[in-house]
Amino acid sequence: MIRLYALVAAGGFRRHATYRVATVAGVFTNTVFGFIVAYTYIALWDQKPHLGGYDQAQALTYVWLGQGMMATVAMLGGGFEDELIERVRSGDIATDLYRPADLQLWWLAGDLGRAAFHFLVRGTMPMMLGALVFDLALPDNPFVWIAFVFSVVLGVVVSFAVRYLVALSSFWLLDGAGVAQIIGLVSLFFSGMLLPLNVFPGVLGELAKVLPWSSLLQIPADVLLGKHTGWGLVGAYAFQLGWAAVLLTVGRLLQSAATRKVVVQGG
Amino acid sequence: MAETEARGRTLDGIRAYGLIASMWVRSTMAYRASFAMTALGNFAATGFDFVAILMMFSHVDSLGGYSLPEIAFLYGTAGVSFGLSDLVMGSMDRLGRRIRDGTLDTLLVRPAPVLAQVAADRFALRRLGRITQGLLVLGYALLVLDIDWTVVKVLLVPVMLLSGGAIFGAVFVVGAAFQFWAQDASEVQNSFTYGGVTMLVYPPTVFAKDLVRGVTFVIPLAFVNWLPALYVLGRPYPLDVPQWLAFTPPLVAAACMGLAGLAWRAGLRSYRSTGS
Repeated sequence: MIRLYALVAAGGFRRHATYRVATVAGVFTNTVFGFIVAYTYIALWDQKPHLGGYDQAQALTYVWLGQGMMATVAMLGGGFEDELIERVRSGDIATDLYRPADLQLWWLAGDLGRAAFHFLVRGTMPMMLGALVFDLALPDNPFVWIAFVFSVVLGVVVSFAVRYLVALSSFWLLDGAGVAQIIGLVSLFFSGMLLPLNVFPGVLGELAKVLPWSSLLQIPADVLLGKHTGWGLVGAYAFQLGWAAVLLTVGRLLQSAATRKVVVQGG
Repeated sequence: MAETEARGRTLDGIRAYGLIASMWVRSTMAYRASFAMTALGNFAATGFDFVAILMMFSHVDSLGGYSLPEIAFLYGTAGVSFGLSDLVMGSMDRLGRRIRDGTLDTLLVRPAPVLAQVAADRFALRRLGRITQGLLVLGYALLVLDIDWTVVKVLLVPVMLLSGGAIFGAVFVVGAAFQFWAQDASEVQNSFTYGGVTMLVYPPTVFAKDLVRGVTFVIPLAFVNWLPALYVLGRPYPLDVPQWLAFTPPLVAAACMGLAGLAWRAGLRSYRSTGS
């Protein structure tokens, strides 16, 4: 059974690796945005050094990391969920439910494969290009990098769990595009993509830090920047794991409710 | 003769565009809940951008030497211009998909200009959300700013919005033409459309001189709002350029649209269907 999901994951990886031109286009776009945002952060950190506890090099590292993570954790959506929504709308989902595989694990495996590819290519390239122009605060310690990668994996799982709920909503709404778009925006904002969450003022900042989306960028970034070490790191992982567990469980419950609701038209 | 023919084709294109667009509006209204949510989403999408700027200004009083109302003015003008082009031309990035799955061929045999058909494809009224949000921020900026209004400045504001929309529209068309050669590269045009609008929200003083030169002389996005808006605000442009450039956005827009038209024709002519 594990073998099956490993194959699905490998398929997800290979499928996205096929689109070479799209990948280059994506790296190009992430790099352009990286430059634009980097200059606005320089203007901001020039005025207010150590804003949010970052120095300028750390803030710039955050910018380029964000560009790299955007595709990896499918921050704006546009991953598997569009396809799943379409399958619900067209009725192909009936075939999926007949398969001798679990629906949630199947799509999770595929999404992990996709994320692995995006992390290796779209995650690293903009960062390397950014490092050529700007002074970045990248760690020398290999263990920090390993801790970071683990945090990214958990971020992908949390992101998947949210998007799975989005996709399931189309069982009731028929057209899930609206929900997908709104959740995409919420995730962009509360992941810290527009501005690091520790720069968010007051209550909004406190709220943003406990929502699941902080697992997508803020926590991996703080792990990379060495803000979470020792028990702090364990706490950060526990936070991500906790949200992953809660959201995946809700996904399970919703999935069984949805499949009970499915009526397959004979023909 | 050739002129009347060209005008006839333009009118044909606009008529076809109107018909296809109204069909999509009817089709969208079949799923009202989804429409309401996506319209709200479009409104909020840009709203979040502005919230991020407000949060920046909760820590500082100026960014690149510009105050919050001044940046709101840049934000509003860039947002409305982009919103207009996105409403009219925002579907152009689907061209690559149409080429891949072969449905472009259907458009080629229909008796209507292909550009109009591609642009009107999946016409999305929800994009009014973005324009509304831009207008609100622009309204706020105009209320709060203490501008030394002259007739020229007053006229320059609507001219700027329309020319800016046309410049962004030309970028959409060039981006689509590029997809005739690289079908999967639709994301590249996001750099210039979404990336462009992200950049134009901030004052040019924030960016490196070379970047400002690039969007002034190579891809003329600076004409969307930077050059005319800085004139209205009474701010010097960071590059050494004559001040009358602030009044040229309509000319730049016309030139861009001309070039975009040529690029589109070249692209369409080079298209070869798979034939299967």
